[in-house]
Amino acid sequence: MAMLEIDRLTVEFGREEAPFRAVDGVSLSVDRGEVVGIVGESGSGKSVTSLALMGLIDYPGRVRAERLRFDGQDLLAASDRQRRRIVGKDIAMIFQDPMTSLNPCYTVGFQIMEALAVHAGGSRAERRTRTLELLEQVGIPDPASRIDAYPHQLSGGMSQRVMIAMAIACNPSLLIADEPTTALDVTIQAQIMDLLRELQTRNRMGLMLITHDLAVVAESCQRIVVMYAGQVVETGAVEAVFAAPRHPYTAALLASLPEHGSYKSRLASLPGVVPGQYDRPRGCLLNPRCPHATERCRAEAPQLRSDDRGGVRCHTPLAADGRPTP
Amino acid sequence: MLSFVLRRVGLLVPTFIGVTLIAFALIHLIPGDPIELLAGERGIDPARHAQLMREMGFDQPLWQQYLNYIGAALQGDLGRSIKTREPVLTEFFTLFPATIELSLCAMLFAVVIGLPVGILAAIRRGSVFDHTVMGVSLAGYSMPIFWWALLLILVFSVNLGWTPVSGRIAVAYFVEPVTGFMLIDTLLAGDTDAFASALHHLVLPSIVLGTIPLAVVARMTRSSMMEVIREDYIRVARAKGLSQTRVILVHALRNALIPVVTVIGLQIGTLLAGAILTETIFAWPGVGKWLVDSISRRDYPAVQGGILLVAAVVMLVNLLVDMLYGLINPRIRHAR
Ligand SMILES: Nc1ncnc2c1ncn2[C@@H]1O[C@H](COP(=O)(O)OP(=O)(O)OP(=O)(O)O)[C@@H](O)[C@H]1O
Ligand SMILES: [Mg+2]
Repeated sequence: MAMLEIDRLTVEFGREEAPFRAVDGVSLSVDRGEVVGIVGESGSGKSVTSLALMGLIDYPGRVRAERLRFDGQDLLAASDRQRRRIVGKDIAMIFQDPMTSLNPCYTVGFQIMEALAVHAGGSRAERRTRTLELLEQVGIPDPASRIDAYPHQLSGGMSQRVMIAMAIACNPSLLIADEPTTALDVTIQAQIMDLLRELQTRNRMGLMLITHDLAVVAESCQRIVVMYAGQVVETGAVEAVFAAPRHPYTAALLASLPEHGSYKSRLASLPGVVPGQYDRPRGCLLNPRCPHATERCRAEAPQLRSDDRGGVRCHTPLAADGRPTP
Repeated sequence: MLSFVLRRVGLLVPTFIGVTLIAFALIHLIPGDPIELLAGERGIDPARHAQLMREMGFDQPLWQQYLNYIGAALQGDLGRSIKTREPVLTEFFTLFPATIELSLCAMLFAVVIGLPVGILAAIRRGSVFDHTVMGVSLAGYSMPIFWWALLLILVFSVNLGWTPVSGRIAVAYFVEPVTGFMLIDTLLAGDTDAFASALHHLVLPSIVLGTIPLAVVARMTRSSMMEVIREDYIRVARAKGLSQTRVILVHALRNALIPVVTVIGLQIGTLLAGAILTETIFAWPGVGKWLVDSISRRDYPAVQGGILLVAAVVMLVNLLVDMLYGLINPRIRHAR
């Protein structure tokens, strides 16, 4: 049994009668020490999925699932208090924009020590020592002087390192990184990814890596989950999916990688954008953009079918040669 | 921080010139003069009137009087009250503690109720509680102080007999003024009955004077809190597994307080303006009532000096608030 099991997670916003499904029956799992990449265009529900897992979807958002288990504990049935004992300790999360993720009113040290105080306890002095250690671990030079710095005194890269230190403070067994490098300079991006990979290997953490960057997935992940408009459209081992994508959407994503073609023509083969609240089509959600769409795709929504290679949600999945199977 | 304080103090000079000019001009615009009003119904012989006016320097051209006044004021001499012949400074500072006591209690009332109410309304936005708070505070904000005071007096003092109608303390007690604050002086004297009486007298005026600040604080806290709750760092704090209470009180409130403190500071001016009315209604022996009495007596030195001193207090408080702001907000503190 995997460490994290999500089974048919659904998150709805908006009115009860006409709900908007930001996440629609998403199932995924992460094992101890495993790195799972979640990719998909903007608006495909990646962040909402992870927020639901953390219990951070507020009213009027509604979260439902067949199963939401972490380490044998049922997160759906857990009370707020029970959930808070897991969240922030065993499951930690880092967010997209480090510059707005730290509280401007408190020092870096305060914000890290706070996480320790809630979950690990210990004396003030112990927490401070541990915090210095953490800052050192995430590669912040001169931790002794940075520990009392305020967020506005740090650069974006430094802030993200602080966020990482905060997240790993209690030795979580699962780390969710929601586009951890999107807001950073290109040179810093590589450093932060290296740091995450290093920490993941050293602490044997499960890592759920949400990203737009397929190159990062190829480099760091074992498994990939491709999402589109709130649904999982394809899952599988990274090598297999990269070698022979079965879903037209995955194929289009891969085709946009620089080594597969022109970098500029990102998703050139799929014009348009992810459908939002008011323009979800009938049938397969991709059909207006899909080059292989048939009558059936426009009428009937495909189910996610799983086999030993993974799962794919398509009526006519692509064969190894890239042609749709009838 | 030092250059910040110096710059603010530098700004005080033009402000002072403005305040003295306006005070001077306004009081001389009102018809009538102090001698005439002192003489009252009986009237006064014109020759005697002219002589007295000359003695007090009121026969000189206005600009000359103004320059004389500024010259003396710069040396710390605000003149003497025409009515009592006491130095204006002495009169002001004898009465000022009563005004401070009332204003502090009013502010305390506003903050102690306004902050929690604003926070709760923000957390429960859209709820019945939220709508009630918004409605009531709008009503409170638009309430004319005079009318509101009379209404409360009618209900609580006249009909229910719970609170006294006027004054600072029951006439039965005599308390040696040490600090000028009745609550403190009665305690220093060890007279708990007198303390209770002083407290009793404070309730209604404090509520009247605190109503507008209460409405402002509650609404400001609510809107500022609602903005802060949406920030990324609040989500991060929750993702750390902190309790809802801790997220609100430690992470959100501190940030939400920044604009609220500024607003509280700006309310000090409103508060002193309100004190003038409140003190008059409740016969509260503070500088507000004294100013009103002085105006009706055309007591030029008292009015000018009083306005100048009140303005000084408002500016001083605003300076303090700005410094407090820097204490809460590290971004300001480290800006220089
Ligand atoms: N609180 C909310 N209320 C209503 N709709 C929401 C809310 N949060 C997210 N959504 C909607 O859910 C959909 C999925 O959003 P989500 O943030 O998960 O996308 P994402 O895949 O993380 O995109 P990105 O790559 O831009 O981060 C979007 O259409 C978004 O508008
Ligand atoms: Mg996102």
